Amino acid sequence: MTETALPASPPKPSAAARAGTFLRLFARNRMAAFGGGLLALILLVALAAPILPLQDPFAQDTTQRFLRPFSEGHWLGTDHLGRDLLSRLIWGTQLSLLVGVSATLLAALAGSTLGVVAGFLGGRIDNVIMRSVDTVMAFPYILLALAIVAALGPGLVNALIAVAVVNIPFFARNIRGVTVTLANKEFVDAARLSGMGDTRIIASEIVPNILPVIVIAMSTTVGWMILETAGLSFLGLGSQPPVPDLGSMLGEGRNALISHPHTSIIPGLMIFAIVIGVNLLGDGIRDALDPRLRSGALTRPLPATLVDRAETPAIAAKPDALLSLEDLRVEFRLGRRTLKAVNGVSLDIAPGECLGLIGESGSGKSVTALSVMGLVASPPGVIAGGALRFQGRDLLAMKPGELRRLRGDKVAYIFQDPLATLHPLYRIGEQIAEAIRVHHPVPQAEAMARAVALLKQVRIPNAKSRAGNYPHELSGGMRQRVGIAMALANEPELIIADEPTTALDVTVQAQILKLLEDLRRERGLAILFITHDFGVVAQLCDRVAVMYAGEIVESGPAQAILDAPAHPYTRRLIACVPELGGGRRTLAAIPGLPPGADDLPQGCAFAPRCDKAQAACRAGRVALTGQEPGRGVRCLFPETAEDRTETA
Amino acid sequence: MTAALKIEDLGKTFGGGRGLFDRQRPAVQAVADATLSVARGETLGVVGESGCGKSTFARMLVGLLPPTTGRIEIEGENLGAQAGRDPAAFGRVIQYVFQDPISSLNPRKTVEQIIEAPLKHLHAMPREARRKRIAEIFDAVNLRPEFLSRYPHEFSGGQAQRIGIARALAASPRILLLDEPVSALDVSVQAQVLNLLAHLKAEFDLTYLFISHDLAVVEAVSDRVAVMYFGRIVELGRAEEIFQAPRHPYTALLARSAPVVGRPLGAGEDGSGELPNPLDPPQGCAFAMRCPKATELCRTTRPDMQELTPGHATACHHPL
Repeated sequence: MTETALPASPPKPSAAARAGTFLRLFARNRMAAFGGGLLALILLVALAAPILPLQDPFAQDTTQRFLRPFSEGHWLGTDHLGRDLLSRLIWGTQLSLLVGVSATLLAALAGSTLGVVAGFLGGRIDNVIMRSVDTVMAFPYILLALAIVAALGPGLVNALIAVAVVNIPFFARNIRGVTVTLANKEFVDAARLSGMGDTRIIASEIVPNILPVIVIAMSTTVGWMILETAGLSFLGLGSQPPVPDLGSMLGEGRNALISHPHTSIIPGLMIFAIVIGVNLLGDGIRDALDPRLRSGALTRPLPATLVDRAETPAIAAKPDALLSLEDLRVEFRLGRRTLKAVNGVSLDIAPGECLGLIGESGSGKSVTALSVMGLVASPPGVIAGGALRFQGRDLLAMKPGELRRLRGDKVAYIFQDPLATLHPLYRIGEQIAEAIRVHHPVPQAEAMARAVALLKQVRIPNAKSRAGNYPHELSGGMRQRVGIAMALANEPELIIADEPTTALDVTVQAQILKLLEDLRRERGLAILFITHDFGVVAQLCDRVAVMYAGEIVESGPAQAILDAPAHPYTRRLIACVPELGGGRRTLAAIPGLPPGADDLPQGCAFAPRCDKAQAACRAGRVALTGQEPGRGVRCLFPETAEDRTETA
Repeated sequence: MTAALKIEDLGKTFGGGRGLFDRQRPAVQAVADATLSVARGETLGVVGESGCGKSTFARMLVGLLPPTTGRIEIEGENLGAQAGRDPAAFGRVIQYVFQDPISSLNPRKTVEQIIEAPLKHLHAMPREARRKRIAEIFDAVNLRPEFLSRYPHEFSGGQAQRIGIARALAASPRILLLDEPVSALDVSVQAQVLNLLAHLKAEFDLTYLFISHDLAVVEAVSDRVAVMYFGRIVELGRAEEIFQAPRHPYTALLARSAPVVGRPLGAGEDGSGELPNPLDPPQGCAFAMRCPKATELCRTTRPDMQELTPGHATACHHPL
């Protein structure tokens, strides 16, 4: 359901699983299922018109005019010429559906072609096509349709063309937008370098990727098209007598609206039923196909991560720990699958300490960090076990309101991408001031003054004028400084920094790391620093915890671990990191991949990739044991001095 | 021996010219005066920070973007006329490996369809020969044959990058342009891909251009390195020399900034220096505003590349 929203990337679903996801999403939407059912019923009856025992829809009988519904021989009564309404309704529905769907297909084909060509070729061609489309849009649609029918003459086919033309801009504009994004994708460049021409690229690279968008656009417009065709027929410009469609039936019934309302109510109700059915179904299709909605954008996360612990562990109070995690377990529950992102992590951070949490993508380091303040999105995230304590208070027992008062106040986060975390529409000074005022009732002017002081503290030149800038006006490094200033706004005890320098250039990274280091010394801040970079850890952190497959495999003082790693994973990971000054060389690699979070091995998670693994390693979970004080390693056969000299 | 790749005064300016109502449009010089040559079998590293023109430079070299000035010669053949118009002419001799392995593969095509495209369109190879060649290439990049019928989203980053490399190899190019090929990958996988690339280079007698922001990786794989700053090559030298004994202050700053185990944290610079504005480029050296050694000469006159020692050139008035 929320496949792409997960912080830890779960294994990608197979094609069959994706089809299953579509059906599940679709069926879950009851309104869409109702619309689909209604439409299927109407469609079935309309298609069956030739084989149903219906009376001749054209047979007039002036003696039987305006019979009421449920009359003998005419279930729905008759119209002003004594024709059977039921028969006319079913035949008319068939015609209306046919015209509406054909018009949609026509508009989709023409509009999408224009959109793809304009979006892909760009430049002058794009300008000419899109300005023409805009011109069409500038006319009121009914006026334009009337003009087209007037030019072509009345008749159902001409009405169909008119309705299709009126709807071309909708498709053209939608599809052009999607095509522009796709045309700049790397796989299109790759196709060009593979020797494909423009036409071939459009046909084989672009069109397959926009088909879902076209289907979505069609499903949401077909109801509208049916209504517009009915409108033209109602005005006498569509189907010509005696052939019935829903619009012309309505038009004919209009004259007897007061005396014999059933002649107009019946086709009116049918139009209503079709359009409601189509729209509900269309919305359902859109929800199920649209990747943004698939990613769970519509399922609003709860204010704090759900806690579902089998037991509440009694943890010993640790007076010297600022934050302690005890056997923390975090899972993502996706239908029948359970992804175990964090499997029993225990950590302590002392006041003023910098702890580096290091691991590769999918190791659970970010999920660990987010769960501290209950920021793992729920659903699907669940804290399935363990305990979290901050200054001795149980974080998992807190109400959302209490937790919110801690967030950004005592515990602040710095995220990887400052452009995504800053609001694009507010000046940076205002955003920092807001962060202060959420927690402390100070006047705006005072908060602003404090914001400027904070910007100065993070070494932003011309802090006062910079406070009036929007995020996009700053460079990446400056934005991350703003992120840090905001984290510092309420003088937190602990900062959780999740890869804060990964998106930055090396020269900027060096500045930001220095800044964090200085701030830590000045203010006695504790930092939980999440990273994948050993070089950064070595320079900034006092202690390090190495994560692999949701577990801490090794922890201890940073220098000691870097000098003498005890876990084979740590040793080999350090060996993989190229260091400047080593010259040209072959780099060490770890063969294989980390295990998936829904398919963890029974024993040591690293055993399948470890060259020292033995049967005992695969048999069962390995405990974190300490050889020296302050160090822990989760390995049955820790590294020895010989192992380490081997790699050196 | 002719050089595998030779470029002279290559430059690209975006915008400029007159717009509607005869208004002067702003122009940005993304790459200027790039001159270098790469010998056959050599790996040339290109380093620089975001916005330095690396990507524009790369896209011109593979013919995806027409250069504004200068010429591109690949294996003695001038390809300047086809640049930006006929990527296929480039595709037969130079191929691109993209940074993001997943987004460089069309999600709606199978791996086989992706890899056979260059064989089909560049070499017009018949079906049987294609199948044989794909099997060879797949073997060379250590991928299992059953992957061929799968779709890109089913692969991890490292595997997807190997598929990207396989596609590039399928065109039988002489040169591979590797644009940050490992920066989206985890370190344990990064080395797998780098070692594979080293192996392929020997097997297929290739020449590499390796673009990256990671100095340590570039140093590990390159014979020579070019450092770019603000659209220009500011230093060019042998890989083992350039970061050990940099001559340009910017290269020195880069080398100083890279985090190294055992070196204490010290910012390379205080961060007060502003980056040059591309819309209003400085008259002299673009690095002068950040440079501790800048003089009046630096601010008024742009330094040209000059060879200081054989094989080591830099564009600086006051080389270190």
